[in-house]
Amino acid sequence: MNNILNFFEKLGASARSSLSGLGSCARLFFLTIIYSSDSFKRFNLTIKEIYFTGVLSLVIIIVSAFFVGMVLGLQGYYTLEKYGSSEAIGVLVALALVRELGPVVTALLFAGRAGTAITAEIGLMKTTEQLSAMEMMAVSPVARIVAPRFWAGMISMPILATIFSMVGILGGYFIAVLIIGVDDGAFWSQMQANVDFHNDIVDGAIKSIVFGFTCTLIALYQGLVAPPTAEGVSRATTKTVVISSLSVLGLDFVLTSFMFV
Amino acid sequence: MERVKLDIWVGIFVALGIIAMFYMATRVGNLTSNDVKETYEVKAYFENIGGLKPRAAVKASGVVVGRIGSIVFDPEAFHAVVKINIDERYSFPTDTFANIYTAGLLGEQYLSLEAGGDEVNLKAGDLIVHTQDAVVLEKLISQFLYNSAGEDDDKDKD
Repeated sequence: MNNILNFFEKLGASARSSLSGLGSCARLFFLTIIYSSDSFKRFNLTIKEIYFTGVLSLVIIIVSAFFVGMVLGLQGYYTLEKYGSSEAIGVLVALALVRELGPVVTALLFAGRAGTAITAEIGLMKTTEQLSAMEMMAVSPVARIVAPRFWAGMISMPILATIFSMVGILGGYFIAVLIIGVDDGAFWSQMQANVDFHNDIVDGAIKSIVFGFTCTLIALYQGLVAPPTAEGVSRATTKTVVISSLSVLGLDFVLTSFMFV
Repeated sequence: MERVKLDIWVGIFVALGIIAMFYMATRVGNLTSNDVKETYEVKAYFENIGGLKPRAAVKASGVVVGRIGSIVFDPEAFHAVVKINIDERYSFPTDTFANIYTAGLLGEQYLSLEAGGDEVNLKAGDLIVHTQDAVVLEKLISQFLYNSAGEDDDKDKD
């Protein structure tokens, strides 16, 4: 009997804490929106964060996109070749990248590359009481620290995902056309005939915006609620990656089922 | 890092994003190839549209001249009403044939317009009278089987 009660108590506690976490996350979002106008007055803060989350992520994004595109080209070619339709490789690479891999892999890399940095930075600021010091000086930490990072993430993520898709397609082109020797014209014309701007490219961009929002907000929230200890910050960083990755994959399924039916 | 250099890098980053989007829209997607802007709408009745979908291509001699607007079922006359948006640059005679064909053996279906000989052209809201339904593969096969079965019977009589 006690065991059963314990089980329900644990279940209830975990449900309550995850719900309240979601609630505080939403509150953080509204606070960020409210303080955004203050932070836009000093837009160079946001630009600095775009440089950090966006420009410095370019290398990892471009390199991994090129390799993902090359692997898609190789694997797709071997399968399509069996059915004598290796010209469809362009469609396969482009649709896979634009619809799914571009936004999702970018979001996963983004969570690992930029999200962790945001969490660790804010967590350490909290540990060293920089946030409290700002409040003492009547500077809102949300306007000064949170909002610029939030908008930087929202702006960087779609740009990174678009660049990822483009470079990935070039990677697929490199393997399929330049190395294997699929016809150049068929590669592009089949792609253009089957990739729709509104249904595929714009929907992929919407996905990347949603993922950017999710990853950035989770990273900010985990940084702000991290216990002010070395262990707490490290745990929060781990949590950022785990929760962001799972939310991105889950949301991707939901968005896909809405968009491409 | 000083501010100017930072701005330059972020500017390059944003420009790269815009170039990537433009590239995807023009080179990868079909934003440029189907810029059917000014269109006029005609309709056609079909007994069976097969797998024809809204936004499918409307072709004349294989060239895309328009898009399918909407497809609805008329519950009173029991046929499908297909609205066809044709590019204003092209006009077709009133006795044009509208056929539903399949691109390749397993490809998607499109509407093919074959111009007739009438001197009056179709206007917006007009009806294309001559239509040919989509070919249903099962019907074709059953017809074929029926015919060949009949041939066998004939042979038995001989």
